[in-house]
Amino acid sequence: MTKNNQKDKNRVLMVGNHIIGQAAIEAGCKFYAGYPITPQNELTAYMADNMPEAGGVFIQAESELAAISMIFGASVIGERVMTSSSSPGISLKQEGISYLAACKLPAVIVNMQRGGPGLGNISPAQSDYFQATKGGGHGDYHTVVLAPNGSQELFDLTYLAFDLADIYRTPVLVLGDGVLGQMAEPVTLKPSFKHEKTKVDKSWALAQTKNKEPKVVKSLFLEYGALENLNKELKKTYDIIESNEVRAETFYIDDCEIILVAFGATSRICKKVMMTLRNEGLKIGMIRPITLWPFPKKIISDAAHKKVKFLVVEMNMGQMVEDVRMAVFGKSEVHFYGRTAGIIPSEKEIIKKIRSLS
Amino acid sequence: MKKIFKKSPLLLDPVTHYCPGCGHGIVHRLVCEVIEELNITEKVLAIAPVGCAVLAYDYWDFDTTEAAHGRPLAVATGIKRMRPDLIVFTYQGDGDLAAIGTAETVHAANRGEDLTCIFVNNGVYGMTGGQMAPTTLLGQRTTTCKSGRDKKRDGYPLKISEMLAVLDGVCYIERTAVNKPKNVILTKKAIKRAFVNQIEGKGFSMVEIISQCPTYWALTPEEAVDKIENEIIKETPLGVIKDV
Repeated sequence: MTKNNQKDKNRVLMVGNHIIGQAAIEAGCKFYAGYPITPQNELTAYMADNMPEAGGVFIQAESELAAISMIFGASVIGERVMTSSSSPGISLKQEGISYLAACKLPAVIVNMQRGGPGLGNISPAQSDYFQATKGGGHGDYHTVVLAPNGSQELFDLTYLAFDLADIYRTPVLVLGDGVLGQMAEPVTLKPSFKHEKTKVDKSWALAQTKNKEPKVVKSLFLEYGALENLNKELKKTYDIIESNEVRAETFYIDDCEIILVAFGATSRICKKVMMTLRNEGLKIGMIRPITLWPFPKKIISDAAHKKVKFLVVEMNMGQMVEDVRMAVFGKSEVHFYGRTAGIIPSEKEIIKKIRSLS
Repeated sequence: MKKIFKKSPLLLDPVTHYCPGCGHGIVHRLVCEVIEELNITEKVLAIAPVGCAVLAYDYWDFDTTEAAHGRPLAVATGIKRMRPDLIVFTYQGDGDLAAIGTAETVHAANRGEDLTCIFVNNGVYGMTGGQMAPTTLLGQRTTTCKSGRDKKRDGYPLKISEMLAVLDGVCYIERTAVNKPKNVILTKKAIKRAFVNQIEGKGFSMVEIISQCPTYWALTPEEAVDKIENEIIKETPLGVIKDV
């Protein structure tokens, strides 16, 4: 990292993967386990370099399965924990994510997405949207999914992820991609949002001296109705998350004929497109979901009417567009433009698509 | 009348889910006795497996977490690295430790994690109804090798203890059995040793306990303990495999 402003020692130039690592350390992450996979290797290396000094533990695990199980272990005893990977590795972690959700264990999981399916390629993609937002692993659960679109948000949302994980006792996903991980931008290494130290009761954790009775962490419920009770409890938490934690950024949605919807790296391109076309007099606005789950349904639904058209732009074959259609519920036309397999849509392509709509 | 034996208070009294003649109950008791005798109850954190012992926490009066199938030693690693003051042990069966969890087992052992592993080997998947396990002996019949384990089709019984013994991170491996009182006493000694090693920070310790499964060996409890004596320990001899 290079300091680009002597006045503010927290203002630095850093690549995205390092920013996530530093945000985790600032948030009090004490345990990180990872396994090499491109394009997130800088994050694993950053944690290897910096966790010991921060009083934490770094382990290079033998697999993603082991890494997610290791953070499960450290979370069971109440520590703040994180693991990271990229798409194929995140598929392997789904086993552990499902167990974390079922056992109500806080954890932060970072996915710097690459092209898929299969081994795919190592270029940026957004094709794990379904996996991230619809559960991913087996069973009746959700994870909170945060989608940063630049350096400061990589810091802020990673930092926030630890708080949300603790508050709601749930795994939280930070869903980035190869662009965000590799790109260097200036960042302030403190949360830019108003933040009070979150104090969370962790009396559920094992091996706490103040525990009087022995405790068990488990997700096996064989008695009739017991598992349904757990799923109802989880649902109650998810309902609270849906009412409290929706985050989205909107531009000109009260004054437009076309609304772009995009998240992550794609939203940076779309914002540029929007500014260019507005300068030309085209009435165009944008909605950028920051939380992909909970999804900003109401914001999208409220913006939908028959005089406006939606264009969803993603780096996949059309995944978030399904949630947009559901929120719009037939009140507007919904169109899609996507590039996939590691190809980033250009401003030109998106502009061409927009012109074809009007 | 003088009371010469009593159950460890750490061993609870739920209605047992184990089959008649199963060895798990004995191993549960031995683990509880050792923890009580070493006076480490407050510091113990157990990891229960997926398999017949999945409900181990129902029988134990100390903190226990579950782990996904095959992952107990990875979970244990996360706990012990974060809290070296705790005494962390895994309780695992042969499918868990030597099939789906082979990678986690080998690498935790190879890192020399300061952990105690109680490996209960009955050569069969009991919880799921008696399928072939990595340690099923050649010729042994299971629901997935009805004519007996065939080396051409199914490969050989996995000698996981011998495999682990060559790793530098491993300090102690012993194979014992719970088929007769003498072996039960030796098993308890071995379990105690594996816990003491952890207390002394010596590295990875494992006790492989040959245990009887009358139900899925299709034998009476008496025949099952005899099978261990007359067949199994001839193939997989008891004793210390590694001790440094």
